[in-house]
Amino acid sequence: MKPILIRGGHLIDPASGIDMPRDLLLIDGKVASVDAPEKIKHAGVEILSAKDLVVAPGLVDVHVHLREPGQGYKETIATGTAAAAAGGFTTVCAMPNTIPVNDSPETTRWMQAPERGAAIRVFPIAAATRGSMGEALTEYGSLKAAGAVAVTDDGKPILGDAIMREALIAAARANLPVIQHAEDTRLTGGCSMNAGRVAFRLGLRGMPTEAESGLVERDIRLLAEVKDSRTHLHVAHLSTRAALDAVRRARRNGLRVTCEVAPHHFVLNEEAIGNYDTSAKMNPPLRAELDRVAMVEGIIDGSVDCIATDHAPHAAHEKEQEFERAPNGITGLESALGLSISILHVRHKLPLGRIIALLSTQPAAVLGLKGRGSLAVGSAADVVIFDPVKKWIFKASKSKSKSKNTPFDGWSLQGQVSMTISEGRVVYHKS
Amino acid sequence: MPAEMSAKTQRRKSLTPQIQSTTISLIHPDSILSVTDLTIDDLQSILDLANLLEKEDPLTRDRRLFKRRVSLLFYESSTRTRTSFELAAKALGADTSLVSAQSSSIEKGESLRDTGITLRALGAECIILRSPYSGAPYLLAETTGLPILNAGDGMHEHPSQALLDLRTILAHLKTGLKITETTLKGVTITICGDIFHSRVARSNALLLPRLGARVVLCGPSPLLPEVAAELGPNIVIERDFDRALAQSQVVMMLRIQAERLAGLALDLEEYKARYQANSERISTHAPKALVMHPGPMIRGLEITSEVADGPQSAIADQVRNGVAIRMALIMRALSSDVPRHAKARKGTSL
Repeated sequence: MKPILIRGGHLIDPASGIDMPRDLLLIDGKVASVDAPEKIKHAGVEILSAKDLVVAPGLVDVHVHLREPGQGYKETIATGTAAAAAGGFTTVCAMPNTIPVNDSPETTRWMQAPERGAAIRVFPIAAATRGSMGEALTEYGSLKAAGAVAVTDDGKPILGDAIMREALIAAARANLPVIQHAEDTRLTGGCSMNAGRVAFRLGLRGMPTEAESGLVERDIRLLAEVKDSRTHLHVAHLSTRAALDAVRRARRNGLRVTCEVAPHHFVLNEEAIGNYDTSAKMNPPLRAELDRVAMVEGIIDGSVDCIATDHAPHAAHEKEQEFERAPNGITGLESALGLSISILHVRHKLPLGRIIALLSTQPAAVLGLKGRGSLAVGSAADVVIFDPVKKWIFKASKSKSKSKNTPFDGWSLQGQVSMTISEGRVVYHKS
Repeated sequence: MPAEMSAKTQRRKSLTPQIQSTTISLIHPDSILSVTDLTIDDLQSILDLANLLEKEDPLTRDRRLFKRRVSLLFYESSTRTRTSFELAAKALGADTSLVSAQSSSIEKGESLRDTGITLRALGAECIILRSPYSGAPYLLAETTGLPILNAGDGMHEHPSQALLDLRTILAHLKTGLKITETTLKGVTITICGDIFHSRVARSNALLLPRLGARVVLCGPSPLLPEVAAELGPNIVIERDFDRALAQSQVVMMLRIQAERLAGLALDLEEYKARYQANSERISTHAPKALVMHPGPMIRGLEITSEVADGPQSAIADQVRNGVAIRMALIMRALSSDVPRHAKARKGTSL
């Protein structure tokens, strides 16, 4: 692998506090040097010009569904990671709701095997309970040894107090976070969108915001009861103001609670469903405007640790159904950076450095991914190079994902990825 | 950030407030999926056409859509709606074919989309859809491009019912033939019962205020959440049925959908005591009001036989008006010269 010298760019690396013109040298899959423009001299390098571009640590998505094993018609690890690379991501964490459920070290290793053809680094997140049935814990120690970076029953929330408490205790011992899809499914049976005015108008049963905040509060209560400073609860795709407030309170009380917000939850509200557009159907659902605004505020004030896409590909024939029958989920890897820049930076003036932190530095820290989300010397040579002012049209038909289920098709976004480098290899180059 | 980059960012931002796309709708403009699709002019022309067709010599009327093909696609059971759509199509000379869930490939798992495409390939020029899923007509309209008439979708809407109810109300109130935004000014209409599950309630509550009416929704909170008042303008909630009746010229009773009550804390005896349309209550609080019911009725629950069959009842008129209105809707759907894909809709705004 030839060393790469990225020259002339504006380097933003929140982990090292750099936000200035810097050149970057990558050797053997690691960051070898970061220095002032024109300072790095090294023979036999491939030189990449990053003039007028931002050079940043590759993006990290702690919440994607790559659908393998079992549902290769929706996505494969190869196609999902190709989409991730095109979106500037160099690390994705794959959820365990595959077929079979990833509740074993074998499946965890299978997902990381070179035969899967991943373009970038995939870290599996393993099931917290066997088969994600919410009854018996999986083997956290051996799952971690096989490469799992967290445990969750994503999509099938852990409702029982006793089993959730056991999961928190066992995960703390293995030094793994427990990720919870916070939805009290006892309140959401038959529901396909957010409860409220729009749901009533459309004649759809609505999920109350309490179904999310109630479970977050329950989890926080259990976390407090466990009284082990190593226990770490991570709230997946948080979408309501009440749940965010619960996270804030827990942190003030010294508990280790982190949370992620998906781009669609800070960009869209429930009105985006329009006339039953299934590409605006996901779980948690698009919420009311006040919740969307709360997500933006939480991101700006630092209450939100990271942006995660919840990339959830589905085949066209699955989404082209009656709204209530269509599966939940939208793709998100290729629109995340553009949406974040367009909404958070352009509209809300959040500095680009904060956006990089939310999409790279902080998600890597939340899941303890050492050497990721940073361009400090010795870190993985994971780099995204993007044009922060370039406007482009996001077209689902051009997506590298197998599935095209996105509500952002045709949107004009600002901030375009021009190159993605994973462990020293160029894995995406805008043509 | 370099200063020049920031300046560039600023400039671009001010030039581009909108980032979402505009999509072109494939929905045929003569589809009726929601009463909100209809302008006042549309309402006028539908009611005028219903009058004309109803009075027309059946032998002349029979030539209007002679041998044109209308499909009835019914995923739910229906007596009134299905029969009246069918009679209406036949009265215009059209050929009808009925596809129902129990006796078709729907049972084998064929999707709504594929069923629609199949019907179109078989020559259907218009599909009348009844579905247990809210919004299903939008999917069928988008995938077939055909005019779709919504014959009731889930808990969403039942537009032809609201139109026949409107015709019934206008005839009773003798408002004349002209439809304006004030035709029903000063008229209060109470809709009582299971509003939450009712597509009839939604269509009527969205339609009648457009002509100046005031709609009072009445029922216990499990069946009538507060958010119902936000459906549109001129809709209020009054939980006391007697008080609602006292202000109303028209009262619509809705069926208690017993099959949907599982899990709701509802005592039927208490319900009857508070919300049943019985002779005593009607004669005390609304002795002149028109009493309506979209059917099917559960006699002795939401309405007593004395009221349903009494002098104030318009229930049989509603059924009769159904055929006239549905003739107009089918006529309109099949005589359009508007090109397909003519309507554009905007994406939702942020």
